[in-house]
Amino acid sequence: MLTTRPGAQDSSGRAQGRCDGETGIVETLQLIVSGLANGCVYGLIALGFALIYKAAEQVNFAQGDLMMFGAFVALGLANESHLGLPFWVACIGAIAAMAVFGWLLERTVLRQVFGQPQIAVVILTIALGFLLRFIAGIIWGHDPLALESPIAGVNQRFGDLVLGLDELAVIAVTLVLTAFLFGFFSRTRLGIAMQASSQNQLAAYYMGIPVKRIHGLTWALAGAIAAVAGILFASKGSIDPNTGLLGIKAFAAAVIGGFGSLPGALAGGLIVGLIEPFAARYVASGYSQIAPYAVLILVLLFRPRGLFAQAHAKKV
Amino acid sequence: MSLLEVDGVTVRFGGVTALERVSFAVEPGEIFAIVGPNGAGKSTLFNVISRIHEPEEGDLRFAGENLLRLAPSEVAGLGIARTFQNIELFEHSSVLQNLLVGRHRHRRASIPAQVFFAPAVRREEVAHRAAVEQVIDFLDLQPYRDRTIAGLPYGLRKVVEVGRALAIEPRMLLLDEPASGLSAEESGDLQFRIKDIRDRMGATVLMVEHDMRLVSAVSDRVLALADGRVIAIGTPAAVQSHPKVIEAYLGTEAAVP
Amino acid sequence: MRTALKTSYVQDIRLFPDVRRALRYAVLLALAAALPLLLDDFLLGEATNVLIWAIAGMGLMLLTGHAGQASLGHAAFLAVGCYANAILMERAGLPFAASFLAAGVITGLVGVLVAVPALRLHGIYLAIATLALSILTEDIIVLAEPWTGGVIGLVAPDITIAGAEVDRYGSPGLFYWLCLAVALIVTLGYRNVLRTPLGRAFVAIRDSEISAQAMGINVAMTKALAFGLSCMVTGWAGALMGHFFYTFNHEVFTVIISIQLLVMIVIGGLGSIQGAYWGALVVGVIPQAINIARDGAQAAFGGSVLIPGIETGIFMTLLIVFILFEPRGIHGRIEKWRIYVELFPLCRRDMFRRQKSFLKTERMR
Repeated sequence: MLTTRPGAQDSSGRAQGRCDGETGIVETLQLIVSGLANGCVYGLIALGFALIYKAAEQVNFAQGDLMMFGAFVALGLANESHLGLPFWVACIGAIAAMAVFGWLLERTVLRQVFGQPQIAVVILTIALGFLLRFIAGIIWGHDPLALESPIAGVNQRFGDLVLGLDELAVIAVTLVLTAFLFGFFSRTRLGIAMQASSQNQLAAYYMGIPVKRIHGLTWALAGAIAAVAGILFASKGSIDPNTGLLGIKAFAAAVIGGFGSLPGALAGGLIVGLIEPFAARYVASGYSQIAPYAVLILVLLFRPRGLFAQAHAKKV
Repeated sequence: MSLLEVDGVTVRFGGVTALERVSFAVEPGEIFAIVGPNGAGKSTLFNVISRIHEPEEGDLRFAGENLLRLAPSEVAGLGIARTFQNIELFEHSSVLQNLLVGRHRHRRASIPAQVFFAPAVRREEVAHRAAVEQVIDFLDLQPYRDRTIAGLPYGLRKVVEVGRALAIEPRMLLLDEPASGLSAEESGDLQFRIKDIRDRMGATVLMVEHDMRLVSAVSDRVLALADGRVIAIGTPAAVQSHPKVIEAYLGTEAAVP
Repeated sequence: MRTALKTSYVQDIRLFPDVRRALRYAVLLALAAALPLLLDDFLLGEATNVLIWAIAGMGLMLLTGHAGQASLGHAAFLAVGCYANAILMERAGLPFAASFLAAGVITGLVGVLVAVPALRLHGIYLAIATLALSILTEDIIVLAEPWTGGVIGLVAPDITIAGAEVDRYGSPGLFYWLCLAVALIVTLGYRNVLRTPLGRAFVAIRDSEISAQAMGINVAMTKALAFGLSCMVTGWAGALMGHFFYTFNHEVFTVIISIQLLVMIVIGGLGSIQGAYWGALVVGVIPQAINIARDGAQAAFGGSVLIPGIETGIFMTLLIVFILFEPRGIHGRIEKWRIYVELFPLCRRDMFRRQKSFLKTERMR
């Protein structure tokens, strides 16, 4: 958005010259909504990153793959060709399963690298992501599959404007979830304990905060959020094991918003989500897919801590 | 001429004033101690001298040279070495390697010469090695030469950190709480070492320290800081009996509402 | 038990600490040089592949293992080296020796160029920036079609050295020796860097920037230098890779390659030159081992056993096992065995126990 604005205005002017003004606006609105919906999925994955970073100061590169895995679990429970459970039961089942999975992941794998440098966790979670992709490929195959959800493919008309119910659902669920998490971190004892444990594990430990159990809870929460993101994403379109690579884009979003800031993660996701359809519509192909990363690099250059970051300096 | 001149230095972090118009001078060959309660700004003062913190006002001169014009990495080049309150050693390297890093400012060879290990580089390395060995002898570190820092006990790490600073061949050595966490015996050793550093290595010593016994045993002059201001300066005995110092440490009835 | 008695400072400075180790490496080198006489063309190609990966690994090892700057984008620099070398040979008509050297220098300069803005970034932010760079590389190669041939790609020009045609298929032995020579030169240069102030400055900024600075090390410049040297070596590996693949396009130097390179040096052992070689060996051996296992399984159970992505699966499992149980990689494990044998029976159980460390926030810097 930040970089493409002049070009976008230019071309949208041309677009309006071609069609009549109203269609131009409708088209723009539709681009915005689909961008927002995509952005919300990125935002949800980014929320997962931010959550783990905020509470455990671990960078989870596998969050995108957790999302993919959550989507497949829901699909495995809900689709007629698999278990064929009712959609809502499948959703709850998938969210619970992914929460347990996240918790187990922390218990068995991440706890081993407790206290090691960040980069060890980065490499470890990259490997976990690849592994999840590999396992998903073995279980569900590599062909794209669609989740049979009641909100998929239903359209809502607002005059000339046709919006997918799936897109609207994605936006609504994301907003509710972000508000919930934000309140959780700023209001509840557990949320505040989570923040404290990330600032200084040793001090938090001395204060009687069960640091390790909190890390487990954080990962469980991140797993649950990943499942929600996965279900929403799979309702919008098809998934395959490589869907997890979306995580990289979501990662860019998290950095653009500012790591460790929950509203920032969502905002970053929305920015990336909005850039994409507009870049695809108005920028020459070949350049358009570069846009999110170009913005990422610009943000890193000029606001390395992200657009919504808290500033800190290390004490010596 | 004084070796280090601190003139009206003020440091603020956000709205908090960490140092306010701090002025003093350290004479060559002196052992100069800075004392004060926690949060008085002692470490901030060190960080100003090492150019980690930028003062808002004031002047800082070392041997007549304006320190504020230098980048943090150029401070060592003047011959100012320091240790850190929480020990900042290179954890995964040996004691020897740590001390050799201290020789960094004495390197002469160009980068291509280093990549090809030209004969001049070899000669230089041997010279560095010899210089470091002097420090090792001085601090009795011989048994630990090839030991990795990560496996050393706390007291030894503190000694290694002093050694690394000495490898710079400093004109002035800044010691940030050298005795904290040491046993009584180690603290006693330290007392002699600090005097030796001045007498045998010819370095002026500026130290921040809580242990008043150590301070009065080694220092020529003491500066007392409280709430970022200088409240007393003079001989250890004079500063210790200064009413404002007693007030800052113990509090008075007026100070406790 | 063996004790090293040191009688001169030079002993701490020499390339090899003692005669035994020097001999061991001499035998290893002789064996490596004799490989073209011992192996068939296919296996020799694999050995060449391992050498090229080892060179690339050394490039990244210098940056990540020694200077402590993680890069998730080194495939970008492989690409720069590869294309620079091919374009210089093809368009400027330079002989291989000149274009090869120039490719390394160009890649090094590009590395510094990338490093200068990236210097402000720490840890995870640097990783992200380099990751983005790696993703962009594919698109940039496509966009720079007039130079890079876009999606069609380029064909590596023929190499002629001193009248001899060096070709991966025509004369695999010569190409292998070429790679071996480059690997040897890079290894020696790397070893030299490590025993000079430059290498110590790298390790210093890795372990504590704040005290490196207090020792008079210019942190920003040292990081830029680490990037430059690292990318130079990586560029050379890229140039050789181009000749090894013969044809290449935008799909060769993907993010996956960047990640594989990083994973490789972690498995091999961060912070050691040997680690780059061990890692490269693992990269080379896994596909062959899978092939053999697959043939065996097919012979035993009949039918065709094909699991897509099994290479990555095994590679990543291996990585997880190493990070969890041997963070110092293959090299670290071997060193421990060596110490155990040398000290036998004096080795104490907890001699290698990892220290429990609590993490103070890294977020502040």
